[in-house]
Amino acid sequence: MGFSKIWVHGEASDGAVASITLELLAKARELADTVEVVVAGDADSVAAELGDHGASVVYSIGPLDGGLAGPRIASAIAEACSQGSGPDVMLCGTTYDGRDVAGRLSAKLDTPVITNVIDLKQDGDRLLGHEPVFGGTKDVFTGTTSEGLDIFVVRPKSFVAESAGGDSASVSVLQVGDLGGTGTAVVKDQFVEESTGPRLDEANIVVSGGRGLGEADKYEMIEKLAGLVKGAPGASRAIVDAGWVPYSYQVGQTGKVVKPTVYLACGISGATQHLVGMKGSANIIAINKDEEAPIFGIADLGIVGDVHKVLPKLIEALEAQ
Amino acid sequence: MDVVVCVKQIPDPADPGELNPDTKTLKRDTKLILDESDSYGVEMALQLVDAAGSGEVRLVSMTPGGETGGLRTALAMGAESAILVSDEALAGSDALSTAKVLSAAIKRSNPDLILTATESSDGYTGTVPEQIAELLGLPSVTFGKEVSVDGDLATVKRQTESGYDMVECPLPAVISVTAGVVEPRYPSFKGIMAAKNKPVEELDLAALDIDPVTVGWAGARQEITEIVDAPAREAGEVVVDEGEAHERIMAFLDDLKVL
Repeated sequence: MGFSKIWVHGEASDGAVASITLELLAKARELADTVEVVVAGDADSVAAELGDHGASVVYSIGPLDGGLAGPRIASAIAEACSQGSGPDVMLCGTTYDGRDVAGRLSAKLDTPVITNVIDLKQDGDRLLGHEPVFGGTKDVFTGTTSEGLDIFVVRPKSFVAESAGGDSASVSVLQVGDLGGTGTAVVKDQFVEESTGPRLDEANIVVSGGRGLGEADKYEMIEKLAGLVKGAPGASRAIVDAGWVPYSYQVGQTGKVVKPTVYLACGISGATQHLVGMKGSANIIAINKDEEAPIFGIADLGIVGDVHKVLPKLIEALEAQ
Repeated sequence: MDVVVCVKQIPDPADPGELNPDTKTLKRDTKLILDESDSYGVEMALQLVDAAGSGEVRLVSMTPGGETGGLRTALAMGAESAILVSDEALAGSDALSTAKVLSAAIKRSNPDLILTATESSDGYTGTVPEQIAELLGLPSVTFGKEVSVDGDLATVKRQTESGYDMVECPLPAVISVTAGVVEPRYPSFKGIMAAKNKPVEELDLAALDIDPVTVGWAGARQEITEIVDAPAREAGEVVVDEGEAHERIMAFLDDLKVL
């Protein structure tokens, strides 16, 4: 009983470990004696960085050769569990691949998965996931009552990545089981969407636009403003649903969680689903016509005004600097 | 080409309800509507079937209480029929139980393609599409931004952290689509009238050979140990714009030394 071994789903691109993976390692090494990582692709190139952050072993499932990570990593972990060499707890990030891994693994092992976790805490011999509900007005703590592996899907920015000064992790191979028909999707090509500024979830300043902009063309103001403050542009779900900007811009419960130094919400009323994704920001500025807008309830500086009047002047002032 | 769209009927997000203090789950005594996230899958399915020239769009959904309001909306958009798994024992189902029930219902329909949203707007676990795919032994592509089908091969633009991947996936497969990928049509008056007479096959768990203890409260195998108020964030200064509000914002940013 109890948990002594935690595995983290490791994500990396071009030899650089993703922040979410390092965040998960920071918490995992606080909770368990043995912390190990499972990665797809080249494990050797990330072993030093993962070791530095507390991982003792990096399990490689070998090259993906165009296949998707989800079914392969889930299969390899399930195989290890069936052979008794698997972990007690599996941590995945709330990312595109992280959720694939968690979902596949959960179904393979017939074990529940606890999602949208922002913190983990020990409860006797099990872990509880701490999840915000109702737009972050309530927090619940959830644990499983089942035997075997516990799977948690943790939101980015829940923990702070920090070097533990560990030695390079040793690299070991984890066998992928028979995928049957589950692994037949193939990545034919990869496209990087060029953006000049910082990533939305890593930016020091985030400028987000919502329905109050009135029409899709006006989102240009948000991009211009974000560029001027060297920040990243974001969006409310309403304008993503409306097709004004892609899903990757979305801040909120169903999009990205951001915690910048400054969050500037422009024409966003502050639906609970949006607030969940940004209320952890250090400073919040909101501009909205409606003085009753819920966003003002959490803004450090609230401007009751028309974004079409305030933003052009703000852009002008920043350009003059 | 036959497409099944998994749809969820949820309480109106404008009136999200509250937790039942005894069972620590969502109270569901309000009217249910079609999850807006699912309207994209329905629209996508209608367009794909239209492009294929033959086939139909069917819906699969589950609920403890037999509600059909949300399904009627999707039927009014143009879906042909629905399977609704309705059973009191479904109350409290988690993501995996949901996937077990939906995949059992999907099997009866034997479609070429299964479309889902990336996550529901009320539960937002985001794991059900992959769980369904695994239970059905199918390949999957999640976070599709664009989907086309040629014969028995789907091509999907899949969202990634840095852009997107072009993924080819043989059918049958499960594909989840992000919000905003297509513009969901508004049901026409004719569509709304027609939807009243479209078949909604209501099945209980016994009809699907599902043991009630594997779903619902019992099947979830999770417990909420504690519910607490989240620390509240205080409102700060509020300024009514008289034409100079941008100066206040500049001063605020200057104070933080972020410029």
